[in-house]
Amino acid sequence: MVERTRNISTDLAVIGSGLAGFAASIFALNRNIRTTQVGDSGAVTYTTGYLDLLGYHFPEPMDLLDDPWRGLQQLKELHPSHPLSRISGNDIRDAFGQVTDFLNECGIHYSSPGGKNLQALTPAGTVKPTLCMPETMLPGVNAFHNKKSAVIVDFKGLKGFSGKQVVANLKNRWPGLTTCRIEFPDARPGELYPEPMARALETPYNREKLATRLIEAAGGCNYLGLPAILGIHKPDKVRRELERLTGLTIFEIPTMPPAVPGIRLREMFQQIFPQKGLTLIPQQKVKKLILHKTRATLELTDNLGPVMIETKCVLLATGRFLSGGLQAGFHGIRESLLDLPVAQPESRSNWYKKRYTDRNGHPINQAGIEVDSSFRPLDDQKKVFSKNLFAAGSLLAHQDWIRGRCGAGIALGTAFKAVEAAAQYLRK
Amino acid sequence: MHIETEVLIIGGGVTGTGVMRDLALRGINCCLIDRADLCSGASGGNHGLLHSGCRYVSNDLHSAMECRKESAILKTIVPQCIEDTGGLFVAVKGDDLLFAEKFPEYCETASILCESLTPRQARELEPLLSKDIIQAFRVPDATIDPFRLALLNVADAGRNSDSSYYPHTELLNFSLEKGTITTAVCRDNKTGKKTTIHAKQFINAGGAWAMEIACLAGCEDVSLLYSKGSLLISHDRLTNHVINRLRPPGDGDILVPGGTVSVLGTTSVRTDNLNDIRPTVPEIDKNVLEGAAMIPALATTRYIRAFSGVRPLLQSGGSGDDREATRGFALFDHEGQNISNFCTITGGKLTTYRLMAEKTADLVARRLNNSTPCRTHLNLLVDDESCRWTEPGASPKYWYQSNDPDNMILCECEMVPQSAIDEIISGAPGYEKEMTLEAIALRSRAGKGPCQGSFCGIRIASHLYDRDFYTDQTGLTHMRNFFDERFKGTRTITWGAQAAQMELAEAMHCGLLGLDMIDEPSGEK
Ligand SMILES: Cc1cc2nc3c(=O)[nH]c(=O)nc-3n(C[C@H](O)[C@H](O)[C@H](O)COP(=O)(O)OP(=O)(O)OC[C@H]3O[C@@H](n4cnc5c(N)ncnc54)[C@H](O)[C@@H]3O)c2cc1C
Repeated sequence: MVERTRNISTDLAVIGSGLAGFAASIFALNRNIRTTQVGDSGAVTYTTGYLDLLGYHFPEPMDLLDDPWRGLQQLKELHPSHPLSRISGNDIRDAFGQVTDFLNECGIHYSSPGGKNLQALTPAGTVKPTLCMPETMLPGVNAFHNKKSAVIVDFKGLKGFSGKQVVANLKNRWPGLTTCRIEFPDARPGELYPEPMARALETPYNREKLATRLIEAAGGCNYLGLPAILGIHKPDKVRRELERLTGLTIFEIPTMPPAVPGIRLREMFQQIFPQKGLTLIPQQKVKKLILHKTRATLELTDNLGPVMIETKCVLLATGRFLSGGLQAGFHGIRESLLDLPVAQPESRSNWYKKRYTDRNGHPINQAGIEVDSSFRPLDDQKKVFSKNLFAAGSLLAHQDWIRGRCGAGIALGTAFKAVEAAAQYLRK
Repeated sequence: MHIETEVLIIGGGVTGTGVMRDLALRGINCCLIDRADLCSGASGGNHGLLHSGCRYVSNDLHSAMECRKESAILKTIVPQCIEDTGGLFVAVKGDDLLFAEKFPEYCETASILCESLTPRQARELEPLLSKDIIQAFRVPDATIDPFRLALLNVADAGRNSDSSYYPHTELLNFSLEKGTITTAVCRDNKTGKKTTIHAKQFINAGGAWAMEIACLAGCEDVSLLYSKGSLLISHDRLTNHVINRLRPPGDGDILVPGGTVSVLGTTSVRTDNLNDIRPTVPEIDKNVLEGAAMIPALATTRYIRAFSGVRPLLQSGGSGDDREATRGFALFDHEGQNISNFCTITGGKLTTYRLMAEKTADLVARRLNNSTPCRTHLNLLVDDESCRWTEPGASPKYWYQSNDPDNMILCECEMVPQSAIDEIISGAPGYEKEMTLEAIALRSRAGKGPCQGSFCGIRIASHLYDRDFYTDQTGLTHMRNFFDERFKGTRTITWGAQAAQMELAEAMHCGLLGLDMIDEPSGEK
């Protein structure tokens, strides 16, 4: 069989299906830009669903930021080259607003981005600062804040999520917290995985059976926390139904990755984007990217054969090592698609600090692509690499999204600016 | 805490544990202490090569013959810790031909079997060997698992004479009375509390630390220099045989298979500091580049870990036994230092640990008027359930045999089930009320696979919370310390696929769980 190449023509090609790529597509849709998104969904399935703006900044003192907006002001003074320092508060607010509105409209409800960080629960029984979260998780934050008596339910066979662990680590700050282990309805002996559990809860029969067990487990408490397994496609409905059946207030706590909240986002985008007129080629890596003066060509292959995309401009949101945007080699770090210059430590000896959990993070985490004020990558002369190439997300240099708890902030903020610049370019 | 025993052994490496077993078989009750844990010195930082002796035929005939005899004994008494892989010595283009020519003669003088192979035959045995091989010999090298060996020695000593092992117990000083040591004053490094140990005889099996320990007893006859060696572990097993470069010992010239992986080493760098031993990038690069001359795939293969160990180099002079000192290991009776109940054993190799233990135990038994002869070359080292989890590739087999679907796999890389963890925390040598994750990992394969513990560290901690082993923040602190410790082994080899692994690990441990932000619990500041 001779495979026919499919040709796609578009105005903006977004490469990468992480949070930055998806956000870029949302912003492009809102601006009515003809867009095609390609890429491995990489790190999205690793997300907890929490959208962090800024939780800490360094160097020490690294106080937990109660007010991330004020934190952004300080960041501007301390780290002017940080990508978030190059975006106005209003733009960031707008970016979070557009993304959460979009998610709400598509059936995954999010709390609205507020003025303060929320104290989000983790499966280890620690608490992390985040700006907004799925509504299925929100009641946990309130119960913790108001010290309501609550029970954390875990499941026989679901490893890595221990109610006892959550309670042991939070009991000093949350006295009324207890735990209970139950069996998942109709579970066979052995290991359980969050994704099939979540899919099972989309049917009323399983919800009803689970509800009976939850009432028993609650033992009089009004708040009940579960690992994040409340459905894939309609989590809010699953939660509402369970609340109706039990009379309890129910919330989710994220599990270890790969986890359900990320799968929800991925599947939702895959369903919604095509409906909105955006061409999405998921789960594929672009093999070749050739930039011409006023257009660019992308080559890849999917299940149906070779694809050639002709576009006017390109937005790189290919992520870091985990997603493949950057490659760490024996002799240094390289950018994968265009071999763009990468700002990086002088030698491999300087990649890491001595201690893994060093609060200031590691120099390698700050490595990445440098961009101009329109988020266009720079060449080794520090000049714009190409007028129709933009970059966003964790690929960018001078930030440590992990230590700063600012992954979504960088993804959404920089994608917003990059799409804005791309729109300007396209208008010309 | 106060402990009474007949013999105190300081240092839980293969030598110390070997002495413990030897004495126990003679009916002598001992106490073994280590400042950290079993095999935390050179015994956990070596190549795992059970030397046939060929490596030393050209420059140290005595050691070569010792290795030949001892490796044959160990193959019969601890077969469960040994894989009889066989070894190859190969010369590549540019290597000294004269050396290669003389090699079979040298081996014959040491009575070690050595079979000449054509380069083609060698490449048929080991397809990854370089095309530039010009000479090859087959020799009786094998590999040995020092962790299991040490655990079995301790378990056996417990059975035979009720001897016990105390981890994280560091010797600080001795109390002396008229030329006799009465008590060892130690600190429990976990709680900071003092432990005193009263004994009739004191044995210093401190490996590279032996000079420091001897000084604590006022003995100035042990004189050591330190040579640090660094090694790398590859994700896959690249060869079936041990591969040695056919040339005088140098950097990156031995590749040793170990279960499902291969270990490449080593470098040799003088060092003064014994307390912060970790690999550096230049050492790692040196190994990779040199190793690739024998096996080109070493330049492109994925590495999952690097580690270092320190060799104590015996200096001649002083009043120690020079003749012994030049031959690899030395036993000091310290009688010239006016102390009657103290001795030091240091130097040597993993391969000769049993002989070193025998000589030491002979001396100490004589001092205790015990005339029972050594039996460690005759009595098989019997297996112990709780010591079986260090064997690479064996966990899946045990898990499968147990046939219990509720016995969940906690370490997915190495297939370590929760029953292994339960068995270790309730019965492995050195178990205690609050074992750390490092201590559990040392007694199993947990954390030894490509993810280097970044997932199973979390799962094991959760499992231990479920078991009420942890009831407060301790589990988080242990997790954090475990990841910090594993990082020493990964920070120099994070190129290629490991960079993605590291990014994911940091995102989970720091970004999500916030382990970089947990407070130091009081007492450990
Ligand atoms: C890089 C390298 C590669 C090697 N490769 C091989 C090989 O392939 N084959 C082979 O046969 N040999 C090899 N060797 C040699 C072999 O590893 C050693 O000979 C052997 O492990 C020494 O064991 P040991 O018990 O004498 O010393 P160690 O294992 O160093 O034990 C000493 C112990 O004493 C403890 N200690 C120190 N001070 C105190 C104190 N104050 N209180 C309490 N405890 C204390 C330490 O924590 C340590 O655990 C290698 C060595 C190195 C360094």
